[in-house]
Amino acid sequence: MWQWFHKLGSPRWFYHISGKFLPWLALVSVVLIVTGVVWGLAFAPQDARQGNSFRIIYIHVPASFLALAGYYVMAAAGAVGMIWKMKLADMVMVAAAPLGAALTFIALFTGAVWGKPTWGTYWIWDARITSMLVLLFLYIGIIALSRSFSTRETSARACAILALVGTVNIPIIYKSVDWWYTLHQPATIKMTGAPSMHPDMFKPLLVMILGFYCFYALVLLLNTRTEILLRESRTTWVKELAEPK
Amino acid sequence: MFQFENFDAFIAMGGHGPYVWAAYGLSLTIMAWLALAPLRRQRALLAELRQRLQAQRQRGQS
Amino acid sequence: MTTLSGAFFGVIHRDLCIAMRHRGDLLNPLFFFLIVVTLVPLGISPEPARLAAMAPGMIWISALLATLLALDNLFQADFADGSLAHLVLSPQPLWLLVLAKIIAHWLVTGLPVVLFSPLLGLMLSLPDAGFLPLILGLTLGTAVFSLLGAVGAALTVALHKGSVLLSLLVMPLYVPVLIFGTSAVQRAVDGMSYGGVMAMLAAATAFTLLIAPFAAAGALKVGING
Repeated sequence: MWQWFHKLGSPRWFYHISGKFLPWLALVSVVLIVTGVVWGLAFAPQDARQGNSFRIIYIHVPASFLALAGYYVMAAAGAVGMIWKMKLADMVMVAAAPLGAALTFIALFTGAVWGKPTWGTYWIWDARITSMLVLLFLYIGIIALSRSFSTRETSARACAILALVGTVNIPIIYKSVDWWYTLHQPATIKMTGAPSMHPDMFKPLLVMILGFYCFYALVLLLNTRTEILLRESRTTWVKELAEPK
Repeated sequence: MFQFENFDAFIAMGGHGPYVWAAYGLSLTIMAWLALAPLRRQRALLAELRQRLQAQRQRGQS
Repeated sequence: MTTLSGAFFGVIHRDLCIAMRHRGDLLNPLFFFLIVVTLVPLGISPEPARLAAMAPGMIWISALLATLLALDNLFQADFADGSLAHLVLSPQPLWLLVLAKIIAHWLVTGLPVVLFSPLLGLMLSLPDAGFLPLILGLTLGTAVFSLLGAVGAALTVALHKGSVLLSLLVMPLYVPVLIFGTSAVQRAVDGMSYGGVMAMLAAATAFTLLIAPFAAAGALKVGING
């Protein structure tokens, strides 16, 4: 088991292994997302109160989930890189920041667009939306910090520390709906108990959430691989990739 | 089953069309870019590396 | 061989002496606090009712900004003259020394803000019920601001124009404290009990007190190499 962990530290091994299952991951992501989008747009029933604007949920909710989860991924990668001095973990952390920021932006944008026909306004300063905005700032802070240092290792350590300190904010975001009275939709998917959505509306949402998870993993891997090529460009194996014999 | 009477109704989305399509359109575009940009970067990196190696070899030979 | 408490109080004493000699550094954030609050009626409306509605938030925001402004003083001066490196290399645990610096910093920035907040509450027509939660909340809140701010200040200590980045890094972390703090005052003003919210704030302070010195110490070791 530890052998596998140490192998994981080798960028070359990681590059080759990930190259093998990347096409499958891409296929699964595309299939899930396309299925979810078509199902949600065309075949799921519309909401009694919100009409068709409710279909935005199929992008908004998965994006929000991944935006939150992605921060944990980034912080965890930073912690692993800091504790075990694993360069690969540092690369994953750095790759996770812009990806998480983009997903947070998507969540905010779809939320705003959903808000207009539903509650009459693009923006409302309720707890959940505001916390999402704060999450975006956390991501941007990490991205800005990662670009400020001259050495990669210092940069990675600094970002890891900041990400770990910011991790405390995440439960507060997640719990914010319980703590404040809010206009935002109450969380419809709880880990225990039945969801309060009609099952025909809920199934495409599950598909999309799954698809987004796969998409996240896909993009994270792609960016990590790019970073590996960049850093290891002087090694023989990368040179062989550039000029296959 | 298909929730709309015809394709026009599908696009119109009961009046919510601009919102739904704006949301989906921008989001899926961003996601596509997120997936494709690293692929393009990789290809550019390898091409650049190839050029550098060839240049090195030419200098070595001459 | 300096004892732990000797080092701890020694650092506090040293930082306080330095602060006393540079009274400008001490007073600037305080005046900033006062001026921002003065701008509010000028920029928005002098109507007592409207001011009272905004008072909890405005006072808290001003306190937050004043603390941000003062964070530069925490490590920058010591970094510039090399004493920060000495601090990092000293045999005493760094987290203890960092905690001492944070306490000294709070005494010089956070405490004046807390002491002046009733005056500001008066200027912004804060209803009587709001004063106690304001003072209590700000005591806890400014402590958290100093503690979390120290982590950001440590990370950016060696960076060029680090103070701008510092604000960006640290503000998202401040948001929950701001929300809880203003919520406590608002609830008191509205006649509701604010004990629960104040307990949350106290818990946040305790938790931050536990982790921030270590995080800041680790950040210092990283940041110095920036």
